[in-house]
Amino acid sequence: MPNEGIPPTGLPKARTGIEGLDEITAGGLPAGRPTLVCGAAGCGKTMLAIEFLVRGATEFGEPGVFMMFEESAEELTANVRSLGFDLDDLQAQKKVMLDFVHIERSEIEETGEYDLEGLFVRLGYAIDMIGAKRVVLDTLEALFSGLPNERILRAELRRLFRWLKERGVTAVITAERGEKSLTRYGLEEYVADCVILLDHRVGGNVSTRRLRVVKYRGSAHGTNEYPFMIGEHGLSVLPITSLKLDHAASTERVLSGIDRLDEMLGGKGVYRGSSVHVSGPPGSGKSSVGATFVDAACRRGERALMFVYEESASQLLRNMESIGLRLQRWIDRGLLRIEASRPTFYGLEQHLTLMYAAVGDFRPALVVVDPMSNLSADHDDGLLKATLMRLIDFLKHERITAIFTNLTTDAVVSLATSEIGVSSLMDTWLLLANLESNGERTRTIQVLKSRGMAHSNRVREFVMADDGIRLLDVCIADGRILTGSARVAHLQRLAAEAERPAKSGRGARSAS
Amino acid sequence: MKAVEPEGERAPTSGQRGMAEFQLRLYVAGKTAKSQLALKNLRRLCETHLAGRYEIEVIDLLVTPKLAAGDQILAVPTLVRKLPEPIKKIIGDLSNEERVLVGLDVQRLRKNDLGG
Repeated sequence: MPNEGIPPTGLPKARTGIEGLDEITAGGLPAGRPTLVCGAAGCGKTMLAIEFLVRGATEFGEPGVFMMFEESAEELTANVRSLGFDLDDLQAQKKVMLDFVHIERSEIEETGEYDLEGLFVRLGYAIDMIGAKRVVLDTLEALFSGLPNERILRAELRRLFRWLKERGVTAVITAERGEKSLTRYGLEEYVADCVILLDHRVGGNVSTRRLRVVKYRGSAHGTNEYPFMIGEHGLSVLPITSLKLDHAASTERVLSGIDRLDEMLGGKGVYRGSSVHVSGPPGSGKSSVGATFVDAACRRGERALMFVYEESASQLLRNMESIGLRLQRWIDRGLLRIEASRPTFYGLEQHLTLMYAAVGDFRPALVVVDPMSNLSADHDDGLLKATLMRLIDFLKHERITAIFTNLTTDAVVSLATSEIGVSSLMDTWLLLANLESNGERTRTIQVLKSRGMAHSNRVREFVMADDGIRLLDVCIADGRILTGSARVAHLQRLAAEAERPAKSGRGARSAS
Repeated sequence: MKAVEPEGERAPTSGQRGMAEFQLRLYVAGKTAKSQLALKNLRRLCETHLAGRYEIEVIDLLVTPKLAAGDQILAVPTLVRKLPEPIKKIIGDLSNEERVLVGLDVQRLRKNDLGG
């Protein structure tokens, strides 16, 4: 069985080739045995099944039979063409065989005893024709509505699963989710080896797909619910724990475009391919920091890609003009692309898919996600973290520097509320804050952390001027940070004091 | 018209094939008790109600598994009425004569014949 590179678990496994699924099943589905994949309509059962079959045929040298009970071979072929699976071609090569089992209840009259040997004959014939090692039955329980005699049907299904095992094929049987049981017709009772549950949940108008291995006899498996998506190249399950940290770390540094920020970061900026977290309350300048990074990258002739979730591309361009960042010229030169969308418009997995596609297409050196907190609006943190982890991992692997802005709720800097708990994934964390005193509001910035480099621990005043972002030293007096006019006043006072001759009383005391 | 019963064969015999009013095809899988019973029931029924108007072709799927997909056969025995159209399927050992006749629409068709 093809399970190289995976620790042996004793049980022979058939790799699915589906990204992430082989990791959470420690090597794939039980080889030579049936696996039940259940879930509600539209949750991706057929997609999982067809990918298992196609990858088996194309990547693992295991031809497969796809027996379908609900859609025709033509429909299926058309549906999976978008994933890049050419079933016509695979059929011509005898790597895949499709058989559409059509049961028209109204055409069938029943009289007396029968069995489903015809089904066995068809399946057996298809298996023999191409030497199939894999079989998909999608969706087998359509038989329940097609055939009137449930007693015979159940006996035959039991026989079918036994027969599949005897034939030694690795089978995937899909089934509709039942209300009280895993499947509507209790098929789980026949398939004891492996059961995978797919789910398609909608929360706050955003849908998310999830996968869970309910049961896997004789094998360790991840028991969590894992988000998965159906992307351009098939399914992708996001196994949080099994992500490998194997990307090569870059020693190259890239400048942020804010001179004094680079100075704070050991004088050289951030590492190429690292992830930078820019967090702060509303109006603290997060987007401007992101845009400045973009401008700096484009000035170096590198491509930059921005995912914007709060404003349109033109609004962003206009706003950045106001601090002297003329980004339109980079768009005109093909160095900048802005992808603006509503975060609630897609599910998280779709966002991730779109991001992958855009990154793969544009090949940027820098990616800005502004703000990532918006993505989390209707998702629980674990899911967003998993998704972001996957994205960060992907970007690191591609040596793309990433800026994630993050909206924090309050002006008061509270490190405990580290938002979505993703800060631990980030290499550099820039914390922006608003300070309000003396009837004015000023901004500050600090480098909370920056892995692998010396960095300043000072708070700087953050000024957005006509010609870009400037950082200024803050003054500290009486244990308070002075910014804005208070700082100016303090500096003036200091200057005045320096010019004035020392008071006699003080001088006398110090002399004594 | 005489019944063609090439048991275990699939090749239709030339000549009068396709001439009869009722073209019936019985799918079986091996010579099991059920298939033997179905064939016996079918012959008796045809001779009683359709004498001279039918042809029976028996297809053993163990011999020609390829043919199962064409007529969408799952259950065996399955009796397929190819003609007159539309196609009808009757599954089971055909032990309930009444239902077989209903399934084949024999009663109605005969009435129509008499009426015409």
